[in-house]
Amino acid sequence: MQSFGLIHVEFLAWAALWTVGLSLIAFVGGGLLGFAVALARVSGSLAVRAAAIVYIQIVQGTPLLILLFLIYFGVAVAGFSGVPAILAAGAGLTVYSSGFLAEIWRGCIQSVPKTQWEAAECLALTRWQRMTRVILPQALRMATAPTVGFLVQIVKNTSLASVVGFVELSQAGKLINNSIFEPFTIFVTVALFYFALCFPLSTWSRSLERKLNVSRR
Amino acid sequence: MSSTLSSPLSPVVSLSNVHKSFGALKVLDGVSFDVGVGEVAAIIGQSGSGKSTALRCINALETIQQGTIQVCGHAIHDPALDRRALRRDVGIVFQSYNLFPHLTVEQNIMLAPTCVKALSKGEARDLAREVLSHVGLEAKADQYPEQLSGGQQQRVAIARSLAMRPKLMLFDEVTSALDPQLTGEVLKVMETLAREGMTMILVTHEMAFARKVASKVVYMHQGRVWETGTGAMLDDPQTPELRAFIGNGL
Amino acid sequence: MSYQFDFAALLPYWPEFAMGMWLTLQLSAVATVLGFVVGTLCAIGRADGPPAVKWAVAAYVEIIRNTPLLVQIFLVYFGIATLGVHVSANMAAVAALVVNVGAYTSEIVRAGLESVHKAQLEAADCLGLSRAQTYWHVILRPAVERVYPALTSQYVLLMLASSITSQISAEELTAVANRVQSDTFRSFETYIVVGLLYLLLSFVVRVAFWLFGMGVFARRRKLGTAL
Ligand SMILES: Nc1ncnc2c1ncn2[C@@H]1O[C@H](COP(=O)(O)OP(=O)(O)OP(=O)(O)O)[C@@H](O)[C@H]1O
Ligand SMILES: [Mg+2]
Repeated sequence: MQSFGLIHVEFLAWAALWTVGLSLIAFVGGGLLGFAVALARVSGSLAVRAAAIVYIQIVQGTPLLILLFLIYFGVAVAGFSGVPAILAAGAGLTVYSSGFLAEIWRGCIQSVPKTQWEAAECLALTRWQRMTRVILPQALRMATAPTVGFLVQIVKNTSLASVVGFVELSQAGKLINNSIFEPFTIFVTVALFYFALCFPLSTWSRSLERKLNVSRR
Repeated sequence: MSSTLSSPLSPVVSLSNVHKSFGALKVLDGVSFDVGVGEVAAIIGQSGSGKSTALRCINALETIQQGTIQVCGHAIHDPALDRRALRRDVGIVFQSYNLFPHLTVEQNIMLAPTCVKALSKGEARDLAREVLSHVGLEAKADQYPEQLSGGQQQRVAIARSLAMRPKLMLFDEVTSALDPQLTGEVLKVMETLAREGMTMILVTHEMAFARKVASKVVYMHQGRVWETGTGAMLDDPQTPELRAFIGNGL
Repeated sequence: MSYQFDFAALLPYWPEFAMGMWLTLQLSAVATVLGFVVGTLCAIGRADGPPAVKWAVAAYVEIIRNTPLLVQIFLVYFGIATLGVHVSANMAAVAALVVNVGAYTSEIVRAGLESVHKAQLEAADCLGLSRAQTYWHVILRPAVERVYPALTSQYVLLMLASSITSQISAEELTAVANRVQSDTFRSFETYIVVGLLYLLLSFVVRVAFWLFGMGVFARRRKLGTAL
């Protein structure tokens, strides 16, 4: 039995790329879906708003692990067999991200003062024009810091994709551990990889937030 | 004399027995008044007497519970009211300016003409220059709202409304947040508009301005029109409430 | 799609699901209480401690916030074993959750501490309160009351995240689900049921925090407004 060495680090580095890829899928998918849900959440129609609230509550009130299992087995139930793990994991993380991003973005949209809506309305802009030309550009400024912050959550939560058999950083760690059983060394290394991915994002998010606070004063 | 002759034109704005409550709080209690073409009506009254609410009802920002409001041929009380058509005819300026902070002065003005009237960028820019020169701020076209003084921001807000070529302009205490010197520059713009024949309704605490510019003064008290008249009414109040109100003001 | 749903197959397992919920609640309750203590101490250390403590807390928070809970759980689980100490999976799970939520708590409480005005400290000083008394009455209580909603959300997330401890075979609701689905081959139905049970638990935890807040924060109870 060999011991932990460069070859394992290399394996982990490849797996880290899959972590990044899965994070991007989750962020883009979750961002698109979450944006739609955020708009629905502030819609003029009570029914649409209620549907968005229910969606957000369900996603935020269920563990990601259970969401992943549900999609993994749900896909099989729907009659598609042999769906690649990356799709099942990507779909699960997309749903998860959309629920949280929707709520973050709703907060940003609603923090634009009501008087801005009113002023736009009095200029005869349509609801859509008010949203896209007046409200969203202002909400966007406030949304960048928490969105980057949530990106960190996404990267960390891709670790759960291992439960549906997707080989990313954590799963790679487990695989190595199965063959050489040096758990402490292996998972410290895995943790270092995650830290290297997340820490810059955290720092970026904080500096964005600081800039926004300064410009607000 | 002229008031006994029926005007060939129907009034631009006509409120009749308007009632409005917020929950249990009765804010407008049977308000009626008319404003004709080219008239400048000043609404005065104590804080909380319902002046802003009346103005917001005219622009359909609030829904009323009873009565009728006609504005430029639009029936505001009608649930089927086309709000966007109404807003093309009516401009409103708020006490807090409400400029869009993410747009430059010029972009603030160009937004509605391009979105609503489908003007080209070039046409809208020419229009922006024109209304800006009207309020004396051509030089500020490329600045952002936060770079301007309160008085300048308010003049941009007026210009932004003017760019829609409204038939009626509403002003809600547009100088209350400004110090006297800045107030002067905004009032000058409004006076010019009045002289050019714009129909205007303004809620104001500037009694001297109301006396000088308004062709009609509406004194509101406890959600009702307590007294109406010309500017001269302020020198000769008929009700003790208006007398007390003016006494406080001077 | 010809799948026949069969929730009835899960009925005989209801005592197991109930037990799983109870274990999840226990696990998260213990982790919440200990995590709150750890986090608050860290927040105080970060605000008022000597430079070494400040630095250590900052490093702890950064490490925890930038690595996944799953990896933290593995590290605690295997780390304790490496030390030669034998602990149950559930003990390791609690330890990992405490380490994790302590870091998040410390950041939230720190924001609360920073929101207390200097003038309040001067007032307490002028009234002759000791340092400890000032901390307890004038700083900590209002600080925690102010960030209580954020803490509530964090601890609901903790309860949901405790499902990850099933990965080291800790006994809780998700572990029960994994076992039931492999017994019944009714995986989809099992996870639907368990998903609903977690929704119920989130609701229960929120209500519990609300009631607790009403009991502890007299001002909120009487005025009903946020501090
Ligand atoms: N959206 C609202 N919801 C509840 N009450 C309101 C609302 N808007 C106004 N009010 C109440 O209606 C009353 C009249 O308000 P309004 O703003 O019309 O007064 P105003 O005459 O413009 O006073 P001011 O000179 O202070 O601006 C006030 O008592 C106010 O508190
Ligand atoms: Mg008012």
